[in-house]
Amino acid sequence: MVRLIAFLVGVFFSGMLLIGLGDTIIGAIKEPAVPTAEHEFHKMPLAEKFPHDGPFGKYDKGQLQRGLKVYSEVCSACHSLNLVSFRDFAALGYNEDQVKAIAKGWKTEVPSINPETGEPATRPGIPADRIPSPFPNEVAARAANNNALPPDLSLITKARANGPAYVYSLLIGYEDAQPAELLKKFPDAKTPDGLHYNPYFANLNIAMAAPLTADDQVTYDDGTKATKAQMAKDVAAFLTWTAEPKMENRKSAGWAALGFLLIFTVLTWMSYKSIWADKKH
Amino acid sequence: MATVKKTTGTSKAPRKKSAEASAELTAPTATATVEEGEGVRRRDFIHIAAVSFAGVGAVAVAIPLVSQMSASADVLALASIEVDVAAIQPGQAIKTSWRKQPVFIRNLTPSEIDEANKVDAGSLRDPQTLAERTQPGKENWLITLGVCTHLGCVPLGAAAGEVKGEYGGYFCPCHGSHYDTAARIRKGPAPLNLTVPEYTFISDTVVKIG
Amino acid sequence: MSFPWANEYKPQNAVTKWVDERLPLPRLVYNAVGAGYPVPRNLNYFWNFGVLAGVALVIQIVTGIVLAMHYYASVDGAFNSVEHIMRDVNAGWFIRYAHMNGASFFFIVVYIHIFRGLFYGSYKAPREMIWLLGVVIFLLMMATAFMGYVLPWGQMSFWGAQVITGFFSAIPLVGEPLRQLLLGGFAPDQAALNRFFSLHYLLPFVIAGVIILHIWALHIPGSSNPTGVSVKSEQDTVPFHPYYTAKDGFGLGIFLIAFVAITFFAPNLLGHPDNYIQANPLSTPAHIVPEWYFLPFYAILKAFTVNFAIPFTGIVLIEAKLMGVLAMFGSILLLFFLPWLDTSPVRSGHYRPLFRKFFWYGLIPSIVVLTYCGAQPPYTQWVVLSQIAAAYYFAHFLIILPIVSRIERPLPLPNSITEAVTGKPLQTATA
Repeated sequence: MVRLIAFLVGVFFSGMLLIGLGDTIIGAIKEPAVPTAEHEFHKMPLAEKFPHDGPFGKYDKGQLQRGLKVYSEVCSACHSLNLVSFRDFAALGYNEDQVKAIAKGWKTEVPSINPETGEPATRPGIPADRIPSPFPNEVAARAANNNALPPDLSLITKARANGPAYVYSLLIGYEDAQPAELLKKFPDAKTPDGLHYNPYFANLNIAMAAPLTADDQVTYDDGTKATKAQMAKDVAAFLTWTAEPKMENRKSAGWAALGFLLIFTVLTWMSYKSIWADKKH
Repeated sequence: MATVKKTTGTSKAPRKKSAEASAELTAPTATATVEEGEGVRRRDFIHIAAVSFAGVGAVAVAIPLVSQMSASADVLALASIEVDVAAIQPGQAIKTSWRKQPVFIRNLTPSEIDEANKVDAGSLRDPQTLAERTQPGKENWLITLGVCTHLGCVPLGAAAGEVKGEYGGYFCPCHGSHYDTAARIRKGPAPLNLTVPEYTFISDTVVKIG
Repeated sequence: MSFPWANEYKPQNAVTKWVDERLPLPRLVYNAVGAGYPVPRNLNYFWNFGVLAGVALVIQIVTGIVLAMHYYASVDGAFNSVEHIMRDVNAGWFIRYAHMNGASFFFIVVYIHIFRGLFYGSYKAPREMIWLLGVVIFLLMMATAFMGYVLPWGQMSFWGAQVITGFFSAIPLVGEPLRQLLLGGFAPDQAALNRFFSLHYLLPFVIAGVIILHIWALHIPGSSNPTGVSVKSEQDTVPFHPYYTAKDGFGLGIFLIAFVAITFFAPNLLGHPDNYIQANPLSTPAHIVPEWYFLPFYAILKAFTVNFAIPFTGIVLIEAKLMGVLAMFGSILLLFFLPWLDTSPVRSGHYRPLFRKFFWYGLIPSIVVLTYCGAQPPYTQWVVLSQIAAAYYFAHFLIILPIVSRIERPLPLPNSITEAVTGKPLQTATA
C-alpha cells in the first residue's frame, strides 16, 4: 500500500515536472528571453588588489587615514557612517588627542538639546559619539538628493559582492556618455535625466553624480599624489575597515587556532593509530 | 600541569583494555608482550598529550566566551564625563550620572567644612580627613558616588529638602546609614565612606570625572 | 545492553560505587559512548559524522547563549545590536562568526551523515526508528536555522521570512489566516521577530532531546556498518572507548581545522552580502536566495511552473504555487517512508550494483544540480535543469527504489564482518 501510494505520488510530481519542462522549453522557443542592456553592458568589478587581501593581509594605516580624508571631505556630504564612532579612529593610528580633534572638528555637529531651554541643538563631537549623519532623517536625505537615498557606508563593502573592488570600480567607472553600441542596440535604455551612466552599477544608471571629479580634489597630508584612482582606492580601503574593523585580530587569531589544531590533529592521529595498531579493520 | 597528572591515572585503563582485547582476538600474542615496556610508555605519552591538548583548547575557547561579558568598547568609551558646576551655590548639591551610577557634586558651606574638620579622623570607622577627600584649593567641592557602601542604595541628601541624616551629610534610607558633611560613614551598617571617584578640574567651573 | 559480551561498568572506588547505586549516570555514559558499547570494527570515516553533528550542536548552543546576552529582538535595534556584537563586544566578532558559520558546518556534517545512511541502508530494519528520529531532527534543524537567519533583520532575513511564510498562504482557504497567525501581522514585523527569537532559543534544546532518543534507539540494535552484515560475535566488534573515541578525536581535529579556516579567513563566504543591509520592507533585493543549505528545496519549489488542470477545460485543480510548496515539503517528508520504499534485504550499497548506479549517477547529481540551480535567477536553462533534476529526485525515491529492490540481484555478502575485514572466516567456539 505504501509503495502503491508512493508510486502514484511519484508519477504525479515527476509527471508535473516533466510537463512543466515541456512548457518551459516551448515558452522559451515561442518567446525567447529578451536581452536587456543591464545584462549585456553591466561590468564586474575590476580585479584591484589591496594590502589587506589574503590570509596574511593587514590594513595599511596610511592608506586608511587617506581614505578617511576622502570620506570626510567628499563622501560625508551625503553618506552617513552610522555604525562607526570617532573613538574607533584610534585604530587608524591616531592618538587620543588627534581623535578628540577629529571629533571636535567634524563638519556636522552631534544632535543634542539646549540644556537651558530643551530646544533641539547641536554640540561638537566627542570620541564616544557615532559619526553624525549629514541629514537628520531619510526624508531630508531624499529631499536633498533628487529623491534618491544615499546609503549608509559603514557596511557597504560587506553588503556588495566583492565589495572593496566594487566601491573602487564604481568610483572610477563613470562614463561621460553611454556607449554608442548600447544606444544602437537598446534605444530605450537611454540614461534618464538626473541619473549617471556607470557600467559597474547593477542597472547601469546611478543617481549619484561622479564624486571624484579631478585629481588633487583632496590634499593628502602624507604627500601622496591624489589621483582619482588613488583616492578611489584609499576610500575603498577605508570602507573595508569600517565594515570589518576586527579583521587583523581575526586573521592573527585564526593562525594561532590553526597552528594549535594542526598539532592537536597530529596527536589524535597518532593516538588513534596506536590504539588501532593491533586491530585489523 | 594538573591536567597532565590527572590524565595519567585515567589513560591507563584504555591501554589495558586494548591490550586485553588484542590478546583475546586475532592479534598474535607474542608481539603484544614484546611491545610492553618502552613502546607502551611512548603510546601512553601520546594519549596524554592528545587529551591535554584538548583540555588546553577548551580553556582557550572558554576565555572569549567568558570575557564577552565584561564591559564592551562603547560602554568603556563613556567612562569619563565633564560637568559644569558653575551654577551650584554653596549648600547645594546636584546629582549626575557617571558610568550609569549616580554622582553627588556638593558645594560645601564654610560651616559644613568646619564641622567636617572638627572631627578627629582617627576616631572614624573609615579614617579620612576632608582634605583627603577633596582637591587642594577646591575643598568646598565634595564629589562622591551616590552609592551607599553597604548594599548599593542611593542615599538621600543631595536634592533640596531631602533628609540629610544625623550628621548633616547623606542618609541612606535602606538600612539607615548616616554620612557626615564629608560623606564619611558615621552611623549605621555601611563599612566605608562614600567613594570619591577620580576627577580633575579642567577649568575653574568644569570638572572631569573619570 | 543487547550484546552479551559488552563490558560491564565496574565502579573503581567507594565514591563511584556510591553514585552508581543511587544514580547510575556514569554507567549510562559508559554503556552509551564508553567501553560498554560494542561497535562493529569496520566502520569507515563516514561514521565519524554522527559525533561531529553532536559537536556542531554544542558549538551552536554555546555560542548562541552567549550571543543572546547582547542581541535584542527589536526591528529597530536587532541589526545594530548584531553590529554592536561585531564591533564593541569583547571577542564578539569571533562568537558571532562562529555561530554564523557553525550553522553551515552543522548542515554540512548532517548532510554527510544523511547520505551515509542513504548509501549504507542505515534506515533499514531494525533501525527504522533511528532514521525516523533523524528526519525529525533534520526538520527541527531547518526550522531553527530559518528563524536564526531572520534575527539579524537584514534584507535577506526580512525577505526570507516574507517568502517562507508566504508558502503557507498557498494553502487553500486557511492559507492567509494561517500566515497571519504565524507572523502576528500582515508582514514580518516586531511580533514575528520576537517569536522567532523565542523559538530559535527553544528549538535547539528540543533537538538535543530528540538526539537523546536517536542515540537511545541506536543502542537497541547497535551501529550499522559498511558491509551491512549484522554483528554475529564478539570478534566483529570493538569497545567504543578507546577505539572510536580515538578515531572521533582525530575526526574532530579535521573538522575543526575546516571550521576554523572558514570562520577566521572567509567568514562571509557562505553568507549573502544583502544581509549586511538593514531590512527595508519597501524594497526587495534584486534576487532573493536562501542560505546554501536550503537551495535544493528552494529549487524544487521554483521548478513547478504549470497548474494541475483538466486539459481543454481550464479548470485548475492545484495551482503551480501550491504544488511547489507541497513538493518542497514532500521532498523531505518522503524520507519518513524510505524504510518501506526500499525493500531490499541487503543494506549496504556496496553489494547492490543497480542501487549503487542510481545513487551515484542519479540521486547525487540531481541534488548537486538542484543546489546549484536554487541560487540562479529564473532563466530558462536553470529552470529546465532544475525541472529535470527535481523529476529525478521524486522518481528516485518513489518509483525507482521500490522497483530496484525488486529486480536487483545483490552481490554475495560476506559471512561476517570479521571475514570481510581479515579475509579469514569467523573463528568458532570462542567465548
